[in-house]
Order: sequence, then structure tokens, then C-alpha cells
Amino acid sequence: MEVASPKKYAYPSEEIDRTEGQVIASLKAGSREALPDPDAWLEEGLRRNILLTTVDAILDWGRRSSLWPVICFPACCAFELIAAEGPRFDLSRFGMEILRASPRQADLMITAGTLTWKMAPNVRRIYNQMAEPKWVIAMGACGISGGIFASSYSVVPGYNKIVPVDVYVPGCPPRPEALIYGIQMLQKKIARTPVVPDLPKFLKKGKEA
Amino acid sequence: MTVALSGKKVAAQIEEKFPGSVVESSEGSLVIKGESLLAVAAFLRDTPELGFDYLNYITAVDYYSHFEIVYQLTSLGHNHTMMFKTRCYRRESPVMPSVVGLWQGADFQEREIYDLMGIKFEGHPNMKRIFLWEGFEGYPLRKDYLS
Repeated sequence: MEVASPKKYAYPSEEIDRTEGQVIASLKAGSREALPDPDAWLEEGLRRNILLTTVDAILDWGRRSSLWPVICFPACCAFELIAAEGPRFDLSRFGMEILRASPRQADLMITAGTLTWKMAPNVRRIYNQMAEPKWVIAMGACGISGGIFASSYSVVPGYNKIVPVDVYVPGCPPRPEALIYGIQMLQKKIARTPVVPDLPKFLKKGKEA
Repeated sequence: MTVALSGKKVAAQIEEKFPGSVVESSEGSLVIKGESLLAVAAFLRDTPELGFDYLNYITAVDYYSHFEIVYQLTSLGHNHTMMFKTRCYRRESPVMPSVVGLWQGADFQEREIYDLMGIKFEGHPNMKRIFLWEGFEGYPLRKDYLS
């Protein structure tokens, strides 16, 4: 009777182990090298000058960082605004020290003072002459609601009856710090404003029209 | 310092020149009839010893029964001053003679009184509104004005 030979097991050969060891060693060696730069194909000038951001972010940054107020100071709050512009409170820290005598070069209207009905058409005209985008800060009690003159026969009870107001700064008059805080509030508001239109919607509207 | 002339003394001078033109007078005030206002004003300005060449202001007061128009005059040469008033009883259509011909400074102030008190000044070269807009109803400085 023939005796069955003992079962042969397929043990991995030393050759395979050696190959595996070499692969691991080469991977390990490769991992020590610096990763290849994906921008390597770019020119030196381009590589230093390209940043990624959104159009909204960059436009809003530009808009809020150089707010130029138009000169529209009908009454006494103007002196607090002048103080805010001056060296002690130094509004120019926030990029808005340049008062524009022409509304066409301005984008912020700080309504510093009581508005009479006789003056109202002129304020509306100044607002209409300002180029888009434009914002309005109602400064002081008179600017917000007419203040102590609210029931007078000749005073407009609040600038928002004449022009759209973005930020209200209360006080009679507000301190320069309050005005600066109000302007910073406006800057935060501008930072959240979407600038780029919803393009598909925009195009659809164009087709319908 | 500027001396305030006695209303009584000036009244005596006026009464001498224009009999019956003074309604009442005291140390501090002098009321003149409306009809003789222009003649008296010219007298006050042109008489050398009075010489009121400067009109400080005109204003008007509402007493319900009548309006009182107040004139404050100063003589720059003599350095003295005085105040006189006239009364206007026609509440529905009050009319006063204008003194713009005598003192140019009355121009805007008479327009202001016309605008806010509703008193018309006859002889004013440009009698129209100065503060309020065309179409505004009522006279805001009258006592019976309620907005």
C-alpha cells in the first residue's frame, strides 16, 4: 500500500519577502522627498500675485473701506461730525476722511441735522445725484424722527420720509464715538451685501423681457 | 453805552409835529397810529437831533384782539436807541405800510412777518413768502395756529 506523501504547503519564498521589503523601503524613501508643487508650471510673477476669494468679498471690501461722505449738514449735528473728522477722533482711520462737495463723487450721506420741508427737495436731489451704490446714516434725534421739532409745522419728521436710511445713530447730538460706531455698523452691513447677481435668474429675466 | 430814549419825550416831539398820531406813551414804550406810521418814521429818521438811521429789527406780536408791530431803532451818530409800536386791528386781512423805503434792512423782516404772521406790508417791492413754501396754509406764529 502506497503511503501518501506529506502535504506540501506553499510557504512564501524568501524572494517574495525581499521584494516586499524593497518596495516598502522605496516608498519610505519617496515619502521623505518634498511634495511636487502644483503651481510649478506657473510663472514667477503669477505665482506671487494670485489669491483666491469671492467677487462679493472683494467688492464689499472695496466699498466699505473707502466710504466718502457727501456734504449735507443742515444743522448743529454737523459740529459733532466735524469733531469726528478732526484729529482727536480721526475718522480717517477708517478710510472715510474725504468729504465730497459733489454728491457724484460720494457714496455715503450722513444727515447731520434737522431737516425742514423747505430743504427737503434739495436733500432728495443730493441723494438722487449720488452714484450707486449709496448709503444713508440718519444722525441725531432730528435725523431719526424730527427730535424735539417732530410736531413742528416746518420740520420733516425723520429723514426716512425723504430718503432710505441704512443706519440710525441716536443722540442729541451723538458723540463722535457714536457716529464712528454707526459707520462701523454700516461697514458690517455692507460686508454682508451680495453684489453679484444670481446669474441664472438674471438671464431668465432677460429672456422673459 | 447806547442810551435808550424816553418814549414820553419822543412822543412829545412827535405830537408837536403830527398832532393826534400818538396812541399812548410811557418811559419804555410808544404806540403810534398805523395811518401816520410812515410820516412819523420818516420824521424819526430825518430829524437831526433824533437821527435814527439804523433799524435794528421789526417784529410782530399777536394779542388775539390785534397785532402789534414793533420797531427798534438806533442812531449810530448820537448813540441812542428807541422802540415804537403800531397796532393793526383787521385780523382777517391785516395791512401795514412798509418802511423799506426808509430802512433797507426792513426788506426780509417784513417778508418774514408776512410769511409767519400774515400781515401784508403795502409798498414793499417784493412782498412774497420767505421761509415757507407756496401753498402752505395758515400763519404759524399766530396764537390761534394749531398744526
